[in-house]
Amino acid sequence: MHGRPRRPDKPEDAAAADAKAAKLRDLQTQVLRNHHSRTYSKEALGLSFKLLELNPEAYTAWNYRKLAFQHNLGELSELEAIKSSIDDELRVVELALRQNPKSYGAWYHRKWLLNQKLAPVDFKREFGLLDKLLKVDARNFHGWNYRRFLAKFMGVPEEEELKYTKDKISDNFSNYSAWHNRSILLSNLLTQQRKGFESKQKIFSEEFELVTQALFTDPSDQSGWFYHLWLLAQTSSPENPQLIASWPSNGAKLSLSSVREANDKQNTPSSFSSICCYSLKEGILPIVLFFNEPVKGLTPSSVSLNSDLVVGKNIQWRPLSVTDSGHSYCWVTYLEVSNLEYCSSQQFSVEASIPNTDDIVSRSGSSYNCPVHFTFTFEPNNIDSITEDTDLIHDPISWDCSEPLPSHVKPSCIHSDQLKITNALIQEESKWHLERLSDELDLFRELPDDNSKFAKLTLARLLLACAAIKSRGSSLIERRGYCEEALGLFNDLIYLDPSHKRYYEDERSLVLMDQLTCNMESFMKYCSVQVLPNLAPLNHVQLCRLSLTCIGFVERLLWVQMLDLSHNNLRSIEGLEALQHLVCLNVSNNQISSFTALKPLTEILSLKVLDLSFNEIGTHPINTTRYICPTPFSHKVEACEAFEECQKKNINVEEFWDAILFFKHVNLVQLGFEGNAIANKENFRTLVVTLNPSIKWLDGACVH
Amino acid sequence: MGCLRFLLLLMQKKDSFESLVMEHIRLNGAYWGLTTLDLLHKLDAVDADEVIQWIMSCYHPESGGFGGNVGHDPHVLYTLSAVQVLCLFDRLDVLDVDKVADYVSGLQNEDGSFSGDIWGEVDTRFSYIVICTLALLHHLHKINVQKAVDYIVSCKNLDGGFGAMPGGESHAGQIFCCVGALAITGSLHHIDRDLLGWWLCERQCKEGGLNGRPEKLADVCYSWWVLSSLIMIDRVHWIDKDKLAKFILNCQDKENGGISDRPDNAVDIYHTYFGVAGLSLMEYPGVKPMDPAYALPLDVVNRIFLRKRD
Repeated sequence: MHGRPRRPDKPEDAAAADAKAAKLRDLQTQVLRNHHSRTYSKEALGLSFKLLELNPEAYTAWNYRKLAFQHNLGELSELEAIKSSIDDELRVVELALRQNPKSYGAWYHRKWLLNQKLAPVDFKREFGLLDKLLKVDARNFHGWNYRRFLAKFMGVPEEEELKYTKDKISDNFSNYSAWHNRSILLSNLLTQQRKGFESKQKIFSEEFELVTQALFTDPSDQSGWFYHLWLLAQTSSPENPQLIASWPSNGAKLSLSSVREANDKQNTPSSFSSICCYSLKEGILPIVLFFNEPVKGLTPSSVSLNSDLVVGKNIQWRPLSVTDSGHSYCWVTYLEVSNLEYCSSQQFSVEASIPNTDDIVSRSGSSYNCPVHFTFTFEPNNIDSITEDTDLIHDPISWDCSEPLPSHVKPSCIHSDQLKITNALIQEESKWHLERLSDELDLFRELPDDNSKFAKLTLARLLLACAAIKSRGSSLIERRGYCEEALGLFNDLIYLDPSHKRYYEDERSLVLMDQLTCNMESFMKYCSVQVLPNLAPLNHVQLCRLSLTCIGFVERLLWVQMLDLSHNNLRSIEGLEALQHLVCLNVSNNQISSFTALKPLTEILSLKVLDLSFNEIGTHPINTTRYICPTPFSHKVEACEAFEECQKKNINVEEFWDAILFFKHVNLVQLGFEGNAIANKENFRTLVVTLNPSIKWLDGACVH
Repeated sequence: MGCLRFLLLLMQKKDSFESLVMEHIRLNGAYWGLTTLDLLHKLDAVDADEVIQWIMSCYHPESGGFGGNVGHDPHVLYTLSAVQVLCLFDRLDVLDVDKVADYVSGLQNEDGSFSGDIWGEVDTRFSYIVICTLALLHHLHKINVQKAVDYIVSCKNLDGGFGAMPGGESHAGQIFCCVGALAITGSLHHIDRDLLGWWLCERQCKEGGLNGRPEKLADVCYSWWVLSSLIMIDRVHWIDKDKLAKFILNCQDKENGGISDRPDNAVDIYHTYFGVAGLSLMEYPGVKPMDPAYALPLDVVNRIFLRKRD
C-alpha cells in the first residue's frame, strides 16, 4: 500500500467503503467458484473482467482467464474470431494497467498472449500503449521490460532502440531507465562489432560528450553520474589481465633458511638477501603471482616453471581468495624443496614464464596476452635442521608500535620494479585511455558547482584512474600527485556528505596505502628488519595509527613477514591472504567484528602469531561476512567434524560457528584476544585450545 | 512498540476493502506478520496450531505448491512464505518435503531461470524464491545450481545491480533477490561488491530513508531490500544507520501502531514488517537479529543449518 495518506476514517465514507468492499468480496468469491468449476461462459468471463479491473493483482483470475481462453479457443476456427478473442484479453490488460501500471499479472498476461503466436501482432498498438505509459511514468520498469520484449519479439535492430533511448534522454536527462537501456544496448553492439560500432574508443568519446552535457545541465541528478562511472570504468581498466607482481621478484637472489641462525652464516654471498622462510620447515617454498584483476586457469601448462631443481609434476596453482570462486588476483604454488640434498653453497635458479594464453582468463572472459618471463635464484641454508614448530618462537612476541623503527636495517629483498612489463599493445591502449581521462579531468575541474558531491567523487575517480595507468609506466611522481589530490577530495567529501562518510573513508584508505607504498623512498620509513630475541630476523612493516579502514595494494607487500596494523579502523583485512610469508600479524585496536572477517588468514600457512586484542568480535549480532566466505549457510561448508568435536565439549555451535571454522584452519602459537566481547564468553578458551592445539600463549599467558 | 497491537488487530480485520484487495496474498501477509511478531519476541501471542492448520489449507497436494489463500492457485511466491512460516514454528514436519521440493524445482527452465508457476512467467524473484525454499528444506541438490547461478549472473547490469531478466533495470528489490540467491549458493564472487555497494548506499536519501532506484522517493520497504543486500556484500557501513532508523521510526503510527511507507501515510502489514526487519538488521535494541539472506530471524536460520540432522 504505497502513498496512501494516513487519515482517520470519516463516518460518511464508511458506508461507501463497505459497499465497495462487499462488491469486491462478491466478485472474488464468484470468480474463484467459476475457476474451480471450470465455468468459462461469457457471463463468467465478464465477472473476471470486472474483478481484474478493480484488482489487477488477483493472480488466480488471470490464470482463470488463460484457461478460459485456451478452452474457448478450441471452439474457434476462423482467424477473425480468434483475433476478437485475443482482443478481449488485450483490453482487460489495458484496463487493468490503467488501474495499476505496475501490475505484474497484467503485463505477463499480455506477454503470454503474444507468445501464443495465434494471430499477427498489431505492433503499432503495442508501441502506442508503451509510449502512452512511458509518457505518464518514464521510469516504469515494467514498461521498459515490455519494450525490450517487444523489440526482441519483432526483431527491431538494437541500433533503432539505441536511438529511442537518446530521444528519451533528450526529453529529460533525469531518466535512469533510458541511460540503463543505453548501456545494455551499447555493450551488445560493441561486443557484436556491428557496423558503426567497431571502435570502442570512438563510441566512448561520443558517449562521454553526451553524458557530460547532462551532467553540466543538472549536476545534482544521479542518472548521468552512474552512466559516467560506467564509461570511466570501461576507459580506465586494461582490456586484458596483466601480471603485476610476484614473489620472489624478478632477479631476486635469496638465501633461504628455516632457522634463526640464518643471519650468522658467513658464507652467504653479499649479493644474496637473507630471508628466513618458515614454510621451508614444511619443505616448501611458495611462489606467488599477483594479477591486476581476478583470473582463473593457472596450470603447469599455462605457467611454465623451469629450474635446475627438479620441479616435479605435482605443481599445483591455487587461487588465494576468501570466496570459493576459482578466480583470484593472487595465485600460489609451493615448490617442494624438502627432498633436496644440500651442499652449503649450492644455488638453484627458477625461471617462470607466462606466454600469451587463452587458458588464463579474467572474469569478463578476456585472456592473458602480455607474455612475461622472470627468474630468481635461491640458496638453501640449514634446511635440514628441522625443529618443532613451537621451538621457532621461544618467547611470546610483544608489539610496540610506539617505538620508532630502527633505521639502519632495511629489508633487502624488495624491489620497486617487481616486474617490468613492456608491451607495445598496452602502451598504445594506455595512451588513448590517458588522453581521454585527461580531457575529462580538465572538464571536471571546470565544473561550476563546486559543492556537487558527484562532481568531486568523479574527479577523485578520474585521478585514481590516471594514477593506475601511470603505474603501468614509470611516472611514480605523477602518481603521487594524483593520489595527493584524490586524498584531498575524499577529505572534502567526508564533510560534504557525512551520510556516506565511511564509503569515502574506505576509498581514502586505499589511496593512502597506494601513496605510502608506491615509491621505495617513502615506503622504507615503514619497513625494517625485526630482530627479536630468539627469533630469526623478520621483514617487518609497521602501518599503525593511519586511520586505515581496509587493505589495498597488497601486491607490494608480498615479502612481508611481520605486519603491524594496530591502532587503525580496519573492519576488513581482505587481501592479506596474498602475504604467504606472514608469520606475525598485529591487528589489535581495530574494528574487526567476526571470525569470518578473518578468513583471509586461514590461507596463510606460515602464520604463527596473531594479535586480535581490542576489536569488536562478539559485539555485533549481525555478521556482515557471513555470506562472503564459505559457511554452512552458503552451502560451501557442511557442518564439519569440528562442530561435533565442540559439541562434545559443550561448546555452543550456534553461537561459535564462525570461531570454530576459523580455529579449525589456523595453526597459531600465540594469540591475543583481550578486549573483545567474545573473550568473556564461557568456553571460548576451551574452543581455541581444542581446535588449535599448537597454541602456546593466550593473551600473554602460557597455556600449558 | 505499537506494532504488536496493530498486528494482532489486523489478523481479525478481514473484511475491509484493503484486506480484500490483499486477500490473494494472505499467506505472504502471514509471513510478514508472524516474522514481525517473532522479531519482537512475541510469536507466542498466536496459536501456532491454528496458524499451521490454516497454512496447510492453502496447500495443493496434487502439485505440491501453496496458493496465496484458500482456493487460490499455487505459486512459488506463496510456497516460500508457507515454508518460512513453518520454519518460524520449527514445524517443517507437517510438510511433504519431497513433494514441495519437487514442485519448486520442477519450475526450473532450460536456461537455468525459474518460472513462478505453470504459466511460465520468468523473473529473478522466482530464482531467489526457489533457491531459498529448497535450501530451507535441505533439498538444494534438486536443481541445477550452476545453471541457476549463471542465469542470475546474466541479469547483472553495468551499474553492478540486477534486473528481473537479462537487460532489466537494476532495482533494490530485484537486487536483494539476486544477491540473496547468490549468497545462499556461495556465489557472491560474481558480484563487484564495491560497485554494487556504492549504488546501494546511494539509495539513502537526504531524509535518511532508502529508495529502490536512483531519483525515486524513499520508502520504508527498501530498508529491508537495500540493507539486507548491503549486509550480504559487507558494505552496510557505507550508509548512515542512525538516520535510517529515525526515518523508519518516523513512519510509525504512534496512535494505532504499525509502520507506513513514508511519514504520515497509512500503515500496512507489509511496511510494518519491512520497517521492523530493517531495524533488526541495524541491531536495534529489543528486536531480534535477522538473517539477511533467508529473511528469517537468525536463531531460526542457525537452528536449521547448524543443528545436527539425522
